Amino acid sequence: MTAIDWTRATRYFLLADMFGGMKLGLKYFFRPKATLNYPHEKGPLSPRFRGEHALRRYPNGEERCIACKLCEAICPAQAITIDAEPRDDGSRRTTRYDIDMTKCIYCGFCQEACPVDAIVEGPNFEFSTETREELFYDKEKLLDNGERWEAEIARNLELDAPYR
Amino acid sequence: MAEFLTTPTGIFFTILAQCLLVTVCVLVALAFLMYADRKVWAAVQMRKGPNVVGAFGLLQSFADFIKYIVKEVVVPAGADKTVFFLAPMITFVLAVIAWAVIPFNDGWVVANLNIGILYIFAISSLEVYGVIMGGWASNSKYPFLGSLRSAAQMISYEVSIGFIIVGVLISTGSLNLSAIVHAQDGSYGFFSWYWLPHLPMVFLFFVSALAETNRPPFDLPEAEAELVAGYQVEYSSTPFLLFMIGELMAVVLMCALMTILFFGGWLSPIPGLPDGIFWMVAKMGFFFFLFAMVKAIVPRYRYDQLMRLGWKVFLPMSLAWVVIVAAFAQFGVPGYARWVVGG
Repeated sequence: MTAIDWTRATRYFLLADMFGGMKLGLKYFFRPKATLNYPHEKGPLSPRFRGEHALRRYPNGEERCIACKLCEAICPAQAITIDAEPRDDGSRRTTRYDIDMTKCIYCGFCQEACPVDAIVEGPNFEFSTETREELFYDKEKLLDNGERWEAEIARNLELDAPYR
Repeated sequence: MAEFLTTPTGIFFTILAQCLLVTVCVLVALAFLMYADRKVWAAVQMRKGPNVVGAFGLLQSFADFIKYIVKEVVVPAGADKTVFFLAPMITFVLAVIAWAVIPFNDGWVVANLNIGILYIFAISSLEVYGVIMGGWASNSKYPFLGSLRSAAQMISYEVSIGFIIVGVLISTGSLNLSAIVHAQDGSYGFFSWYWLPHLPMVFLFFVSALAETNRPPFDLPEAEAELVAGYQVEYSSTPFLLFMIGELMAVVLMCALMTILFFGGWLSPIPGLPDGIFWMVAKMGFFFFLFAMVKAIVPRYRYDQLMRLGWKVFLPMSLAWVVIVAAFAQFGVPGYARWVVGG
């Protein structure tokens, strides 16, 4: 015959664990809520956050991309397609810069590879679409993103610069 | 008008109106209780819970209601269609008709049955049929496993609930729910209710009620971790809604039973204050809050633990309590034999 653990048996029959749990539950019941009311409230983002892509321009309006195709080469998902031709003034520019956002894994290698900070991943993560085709970004869309997010992108690059 | 109400047709319409009133009130209350349930659950987990539809999200249940109704009804190819659709209807109808004998106030009861508690017991035993039929008719393994669990679980805990109720009946000497409440009417208010003489059984009844209504920690028939949603897996749209309403209604019914059997129904806890439906609703609300809290704080039982608790702990305890109460009542221990005092 095994000995009875009376302390444990008493706790069991007095529902000690139940009341303890209820007390803890009530304590948390009145705690401030941790919920963020997304999309009305949003959490903080790191300057390094890798979101939607953008192609940037220089302050004088010239596009930065020189069609070196380093991003295309390093892209592990092969999501980037670039075609290039010399422009009328002799400088080398892209004629086509496509990113398939459905292939992209948001690793940030393109941004790392870019020698002129042209392709960057901005802070925007809310670019869901209703069709798949809308996620095949072309040069126009990327440059447009660059204009829209330039302030945030420039600030983030500056904040992250000391660590690079 | 008064003459018309005494004719058979008039009586028919009166009863019909009473039924409709109770059903509508309970259903509307249910919508807000479902919201309250989610809010309590959310608050314990430090979340806000539904807060978008209407002020503070109060209309969330109605939005869900519309969503359920307009969704497509999916019927599995191998399902027995008749039984498949009969199951949620049975669950819903049985959950609703049990309210016929619940007294909300002195005399506020649709059917003042002398065997009211027996009627409720019979109805809640039948409720297992909805679950079994649903699980079987789905013709799929998870629903079937869920319904098997549910059958064993509900039968196990009904036994102990039965004995717990017998204890109260011995004290009262009547099966009428209104008589049970009247027997608790004493000069000590809160302390003349049955919870004091039947204290251990209050907890047993509460836990058994959790098991009987498939609430956590005994929600093994649903067990979303291993059975996805148990017997509800194949259900969608309105049939699913009927299951949901039926289940929640059974929960609220258990709150009402708890209130009536142990906490004096519509009686006021403080001797000076007037009795009334307010107390009934407040007590039911309190017990519903406890149900919701329990849902938030407990992990799910393992199936063998559930069976062990039901057969090896609750059954002997409640059986022993029946004997004890019978002895107390026989030898006239104060508070146990109210039929001797009250007549």
